[in-house]
Amino acid sequence: MKTSTSMPDVLVIGGGNAALCSALMAREAGASVLMLESAPKEWRGGNSMHVRNLRCMHDEPQDVLVEAYPEEEYWQDLLKVTGGMTDEPLARMVIRHSSRCRPWMSKHGVHFQPPLSGALHVARTNAFFMGGGKALVNAYYRSAEALGIAIRYDMPVKSLKLKDGAFVAAITESGERITAKSCVLGCGGFESNLEWQREAWGQNERGEWTAENFLIRGTRFNQGVLLKFMIDAGADTIGDPTQAHCVAIDARAPLYDGGICTRIDCVSLGVVVNREARRFYDEGEDFWPKRYAIWGRLVAQQPGQTAWSIIDQKAIGRFMPPVFDGTKANTLDELAVKIGVDPGVFMETLSAYNAACRPGTFDHTALDDCRTDGLTPAKTHWARVIDTPPFYAYPLKPGITFTYLGMKTDATAACRFNDVASTNLFAAGEMVAGNVLGKGYTAGVGMSIGTAFGRIAGVNAAASAGHRHPTFHEELDYAAGH
Amino acid sequence: MPPVTDLEAPVAGGACEGGVSFADALTAGEAEIARVMQICNACRYCEGFCAVFPAMTRRLEFKKADTHYLANLCHNCGSCLYACQYAPPHEFAVNVPQAMAKVRVRTYQDYAWPRAFGRLYERAGLTVAFALSGGLALFMILAIAMNGRLIHEPLAGNFYAIFPHNFLALLFGVVFLFAMLALAIGVVKFWREVSPTKDGNPADIAAAARARMPAVAEAITDVARMRYLGGGHGDGCNEGDDNFTLWRRRFHHFTLCGFLLCFAATCVATLYHYLWNLHAPYAFTSAPVILGSLGGIGLIIGPIGLLWLNLKRDALRADSKQNAMDRGFIMLLLLVSATGFALLLLRDTRFMALWLAIHLGTVMALFLTLPYGKFAHGIFRSAALLKFNVEKRMPNRLGLGGE
Repeated sequence: MKTSTSMPDVLVIGGGNAALCSALMAREAGASVLMLESAPKEWRGGNSMHVRNLRCMHDEPQDVLVEAYPEEEYWQDLLKVTGGMTDEPLARMVIRHSSRCRPWMSKHGVHFQPPLSGALHVARTNAFFMGGGKALVNAYYRSAEALGIAIRYDMPVKSLKLKDGAFVAAITESGERITAKSCVLGCGGFESNLEWQREAWGQNERGEWTAENFLIRGTRFNQGVLLKFMIDAGADTIGDPTQAHCVAIDARAPLYDGGICTRIDCVSLGVVVNREARRFYDEGEDFWPKRYAIWGRLVAQQPGQTAWSIIDQKAIGRFMPPVFDGTKANTLDELAVKIGVDPGVFMETLSAYNAACRPGTFDHTALDDCRTDGLTPAKTHWARVIDTPPFYAYPLKPGITFTYLGMKTDATAACRFNDVASTNLFAAGEMVAGNVLGKGYTAGVGMSIGTAFGRIAGVNAAASAGHRHPTFHEELDYAAGH
Repeated sequence: MPPVTDLEAPVAGGACEGGVSFADALTAGEAEIARVMQICNACRYCEGFCAVFPAMTRRLEFKKADTHYLANLCHNCGSCLYACQYAPPHEFAVNVPQAMAKVRVRTYQDYAWPRAFGRLYERAGLTVAFALSGGLALFMILAIAMNGRLIHEPLAGNFYAIFPHNFLALLFGVVFLFAMLALAIGVVKFWREVSPTKDGNPADIAAAARARMPAVAEAITDVARMRYLGGGHGDGCNEGDDNFTLWRRRFHHFTLCGFLLCFAATCVATLYHYLWNLHAPYAFTSAPVILGSLGGIGLIIGPIGLLWLNLKRDALRADSKQNAMDRGFIMLLLLVSATGFALLLLRDTRFMALWLAIHLGTVMALFLTLPYGKFAHGIFRSAALLKFNVEKRMPNRLGLGGE
């Protein structure tokens, strides 16, 4: 077995936002840092290359953020989306950290901008990265290189050598043994591991392996190798393997890395039918940005884990343009034939829906009074008769953004074995997101968690190697509520 | 899905369904812009970088004229390529700067006047070489024909002893006016293609009329400050990698200011000659010589810098077929200023006629190629920026969800 000659103080395993935050903080503290990114350079950054903003607490308008988004409101939002599956002290630490971390991000080259068109609903709560997550990742890598952090790409780690809950060495896929005084795991969830997903979701009552029809919205490199290793090694875990951020995306998206552009935004403007040409849920329940994350699961429950969003000409120009052209037809009959559903049932479904639409004043910017009457399931807003050709259909499939199963941690970001914190092994990002986000999601909170735990893990890993970060304790004291 | 287009393959009118006329059929390059923009329009992460993306969000489909407009709005700063989650090796293979660059050069060609001269772009290196050798030969022959020889007794810098003033003024005046006319006709054709008021909607026409003055003011500012070479955040463009640099903007400023100062020197000298009857040679401390020298310095520093950046630019986003056009133009600018300085230094020696012929030949080559070379980018890009500044002041007819 080959052993690296010079031992770094801190080894960071991973290459996305959390790993980069750890590496930069540890380096700022004076530690020597080695990063191991499993992906080749052109695919570096994990899921962070697909992100676009950071949910930020702020008590008054700040550069790109309007009005205020106080701690309590942020906490209530988090409480609501997680249904209480969260840890209040950790969540509040993440929230408070988000209010003060942006100058540090800017220092390392991240540029912020006002919200993008089509995302004005988060102008108050979310600071957008100019150019998106890949621009952020590039900035952090440039800064890391400038600060002398060693980065090795294409370097997947197979396992760790642990001793009494402490990190000793990492063993790479190629068999190299890399030792360090301390280690941060920032290498993501297991969403890209199709076999694990299949096993976690299991077989449904129709005998289908549900996850076989899933698409992965992000990186192909989050195979969960070290997550699995840590679970097997007896680390304390948190979360349920079937909990994942799961949205309905275009079924034609690539298996990996479809990212933001494969979303389908016209659901609330029409109806959604399953493979059997039947509706199954209220498409107009709430504004689409508030509902899109439940539609992944809804579609996952349908036969074949697929569905079709159906709209007519009236909807064109009222939703974010889709990346793939819809199937287009001049009659609904023709559309049914083209998408391969039973035309008889399809016409029955559409006729019943059209007949149930009550007259109202359509307003897509408000919860309007256009709804169905006497229809099950009802469509409670934006229900307009689908009668104006051409008609369009967009195929839907569940798209997994990330998984929540992770390692239990505390405010120090340490990994834990039998409820005892490791002295030199820390974790950040998706690997610990489940501590704050047991289920559900709200835009930008993944980055808030990744940045907070990433920075804390980096500082603590450096500290356990004997290097104290010069300034972070003030920020941390504030975040920790001291 | 938008197909991953083979650029060389013939393209069916996929993006313009129904009643496709030949004029509307997209070329492979235009179809690639339409394909890429459909992906970008569903993502929009790059909206803060430049004008291309805000212009894109006002559209749902990308027709021929839209692709020409967007191609000229793009400054090839590179920011969107390095930030792109769909850039190669992703299977979507989104490369906005390269797609735009390929169409941009075609627009210069397609809108060129006379139309047949657009072909000169296809052989841009040869065009510059011919113009240069033609210009040099012309003035050498003229010098010998008019004076009998190129080497002579010192003439105290009196150019007009070699070529009479009115002869030069007529020759360069005619060529320059032709160049300006050709560029003007081309840019008017371009402008009409993507007019925000093309549909003739009275509300649009009124809105455009109101927008005109502020739009002109902002477009002039955008051009003068070269705003979009700042990369949205002000840190600059990308060159060799994802790192930002302001040098491309700086070298452009050197070049533009150098060009304008030289132009000003000529204008002042013309005023001296006709208005005040002050004839060349002018003293080193005179306004024409000072303006021309400062301009010449700009036209040495700027082009050398641009050439250096051009040589180290990431090949991924460049269109290698345009290297001859880009570098040919840069070299010509450099030659004009270098030979100008040589002439200034040698104007009191026996070599004045020789260097005068060389300098004038070079300037003639520059003038001749103005409408058929890289110079056109400044004109077309300014027009696209004006169009953008008008358009963004007009009501957006799209009411996308979540806004």
